[in-house]
Amino acid sequence: MKKSRAFALLPVALLFGITLSACGDDDDSSSGSSSGSTSATGITDSDKKQVIETYANIAHTAYSDSLASAKELDTSIDTFLADPNDATQQAAKDAWIAARADYLPTEVFRFYGGPIDNSENGPEGLLNAWPMDEAYVDYVEGNPNAGIINNPETFPEITETLLLSQNEQGGEENISTGYHAIEFLLWGQDLSPDGPGARPASDFTTGPNAERRRSYLDISSDLLLRHLQQVVMEWAPGDDNNYRATFTTKDSDEALRNIFRGMGALSQGELAGERMFVAYESGDQEDEHSCFSDNTKADLIGNAKGIRMIYFGRYANIEGPGITDLVATVNPELDAGLRRQLDTGVAQLEAIPAPFDQQIIAPVESPGKQAILAAVEMLEAQGDIIVSAAAALGLTINIEI
Amino acid sequence: MRPHTPSPESSGKTKKSFPRSPSGRATSPSGPTNTTGQATSPSGPTNTTGQATSPSGPTNTTGQATSPSGLTGPRLSAAHSSPASDCATRSSKALLVRGFFWLIAAFVFGAAACSSTNEDTDLQVPLPSRETAVRTGGATTVFDETINAFARSAANLTTEQKRAFAVGNNFFNDNWVTAPASTTGRDGLGPTFNALSCSSCHFKDGRGRPPDQKSDDNALGLLLRLSIPGTGAHGGVQPVPAYGDQLNDRSIIGLPAEGSIGITHEEIRGSYADGTPYLMRKPIYTIIDPQFASLPENLLISPRVAPQMVGLGLLESIPEATIRALADPDDKNQDGISGRVNEVWDERRQETRLGRFGWKANQPTVTQQVAGAFLGDIGITSGIFPAENCPAEQKACAVAPNGGTPELDDHKLERVSFYSRTLAVPARRNWEDAEVARGERLFHQMDCALCHTPTLQTGENPEIPALSDQTIHPYTDLILHDMGPGLADGRPDFRATGTEWRTPPLWGIGLVKTVNGHTRFLHDGRARNLTEAVLWHGGEAEASQAAFLLLVAQDRAALIAFLQSL
Repeated sequence: MKKSRAFALLPVALLFGITLSACGDDDDSSSGSSSGSTSATGITDSDKKQVIETYANIAHTAYSDSLASAKELDTSIDTFLADPNDATQQAAKDAWIAARADYLPTEVFRFYGGPIDNSENGPEGLLNAWPMDEAYVDYVEGNPNAGIINNPETFPEITETLLLSQNEQGGEENISTGYHAIEFLLWGQDLSPDGPGARPASDFTTGPNAERRRSYLDISSDLLLRHLQQVVMEWAPGDDNNYRATFTTKDSDEALRNIFRGMGALSQGELAGERMFVAYESGDQEDEHSCFSDNTKADLIGNAKGIRMIYFGRYANIEGPGITDLVATVNPELDAGLRRQLDTGVAQLEAIPAPFDQQIIAPVESPGKQAILAAVEMLEAQGDIIVSAAAALGLTINIEI
Repeated sequence: MRPHTPSPESSGKTKKSFPRSPSGRATSPSGPTNTTGQATSPSGPTNTTGQATSPSGPTNTTGQATSPSGLTGPRLSAAHSSPASDCATRSSKALLVRGFFWLIAAFVFGAAACSSTNEDTDLQVPLPSRETAVRTGGATTVFDETINAFARSAANLTTEQKRAFAVGNNFFNDNWVTAPASTTGRDGLGPTFNALSCSSCHFKDGRGRPPDQKSDDNALGLLLRLSIPGTGAHGGVQPVPAYGDQLNDRSIIGLPAEGSIGITHEEIRGSYADGTPYLMRKPIYTIIDPQFASLPENLLISPRVAPQMVGLGLLESIPEATIRALADPDDKNQDGISGRVNEVWDERRQETRLGRFGWKANQPTVTQQVAGAFLGDIGITSGIFPAENCPAEQKACAVAPNGGTPELDDHKLERVSFYSRTLAVPARRNWEDAEVARGERLFHQMDCALCHTPTLQTGENPEIPALSDQTIHPYTDLILHDMGPGLADGRPDFRATGTEWRTPPLWGIGLVKTVNGHTRFLHDGRARNLTEAVLWHGGEAEASQAAFLLLVAQDRAALIAFLQSL
């Protein structure tokens, strides 16, 4: 990949920055130490603002794409519920997988209390919470009466309010809404060694509590749209009062720290740790990310691509300037190393044999399991390089999750 | 160690050099409190009627803080008009005492007026430097004010350790299922239990709360420990026949739970010296529908909520000698605070050791605490506690399928323990705020810091070097204090008496609301906010509580603002 053209202006910007800093750092005292590092690194606040703007554009576009594919999922689910059969069910499953491909890269926008996961109303826990105890929602092997769906006495009516109120009630795996709840309702438990879950379409017609299950799936899909819509709006341009307005205009270094943290935390904590090492060590199918659909490998790749898209500042028709342009200014070698790393990293994840669940249950010496461990190490190292890249810009971040 | 009678001089000789007006006056009335002993002691009879005697803490308040309210004669009658009949029964003795209070009150009020004008200049309590104030957990500290504030790993772990943390986190959150199940790694729930996972009660590694109403059955986080008088194995509690030492209010399908928790409340009213009234609720616990043998007459119940999980490894790394040195069972330094260590049984070492964890410091290590919770709360056996929690009378329990022997292997236990030891303490917020700083001074002035020790030093932790040699600010001394009859559970636990509780760490309390969406504090979550938590303090903390009652609203707010910055 070539270096982005957008920053061909960099030398000019650099010059400008030097001029500015020569004029004195009186006008940017709000960013404290950053004004010092600005002059030291030769990067101006305007350079940073451009990169932050790119980031916001990508966030808005990527979430919009997620919303669009979630709408298609919703349509497919409506079609399925109107006439539940193997074909309509498969179409809904395909739509879910397509929706996930759009959503996974956006996880790089997490981990700093932004629109997706702020403490007040960030919908992350309602959209994408995982791991999920499926018995909280519906029957499982050995427990035909499990879950909200099969407990009309406790939960007389399946409503939006009910699903929202039950999410994460009484435990972090008590997940009632979001992508994984929908995944479970479409696929069911994965009890087969070589394929995903195989829930019969009759669960939605003649099975016990079919009507309640139908309502559950229908409402879950509607909620998905609403929560994605909420995030899209916070990142939309041209709104003076949304999150983006603050993010792109206030303290640039604070914004950059958040951007770096999202990348690093996703790489090292979430991806290498929670999603891969845990499953690697436990060898338990329950611990793979998309355990009903066997979509785990695609999830991992989607996450890794999310990190890469932010670093390069490229997504769809958006082309930088990205974080890479800032890092290249201060440390070209570090930048080149990280660019290489992000590319080979995605390739390394792609090289893990599928399905993921069969690799984790295999013996430690098996090639699949070795490939997972190698990828874990790679993603951990990648997290450390991201920390170094931030440090090169004078930004101290931590990437614990 | 109530029977100390600190004279103003003896209290003056505490290490503090500030004017100490609040506690100065508070301690002096506390002399009379003892005098009033019988009159005031309604603290004890809390369980009798509501109003009159109720005010366990508060009555003392009425008793001793009558002094200040006595300042304004009219207000005295206004504020305490309700328990008029009670006043009458107190007879002339009380009147005499009250006269004495007036005298003190005059003195006190003068002092108070003084301190409120120049408190910021007068007080010599050294406040921490920026670095020490913010780095609550030393190098392990994380900066997070979000819903994940209690869920982060120590900032200084190695990559390898972060992996262990992630695995432990997973098991901490995992819902256990009934055995046998296809999810073989996590079956064996119960047969009787309180929760499906650790995170049920420690949601987001935070704090549980009691249920607000009967239908609120998702409000996990409160359990009842049970026993009968006497001493059991290794000096611990004597379990209740047919029930054991904890009420399991849930069970797997097909066999009964042990019973459920009933809670009623008794209202407790009191007022501050400035006349502002307050109302607290004292919970009274019963066991509904006990399913096995009838419960004994002499049943002892200790309600407990799940506290936030942060900083446990740091507390474990404090040298035993440090903690023992904080104890002062005979109050030799005459600061009004005694404090005793608990000595408890260590299952792994098979010996008696210093207790530091749990509301009564009845667990020696985090690992044993974790294994104890797995067994007692979820019904999961481990190498430390290999036997299912099925008293002989619970026959169906004993024959129910289990999830392996043990259900939680040593490796997983170690991971959860590692996780529990490396959950990081979040940094303080707003510590430079003027009100917060003033609150911090008041905290010291009122002697809160005598038990809520602000600063301690960890020793070497060869297993987790990240926790070694850290200067930390837990606001606890990890030892037991008599907290008076108002808070007493009446259930001894190893050396802890029925009125003693371990000083809980205060770090992180300002973020409970953010993480867990509530502000319920103390061992059973009875305090509905931090102010009530302060007001409930009695026993060794009586003088501090009395000092709090004397504060003007602005100062009370400052103290709370300080607590919220932790």
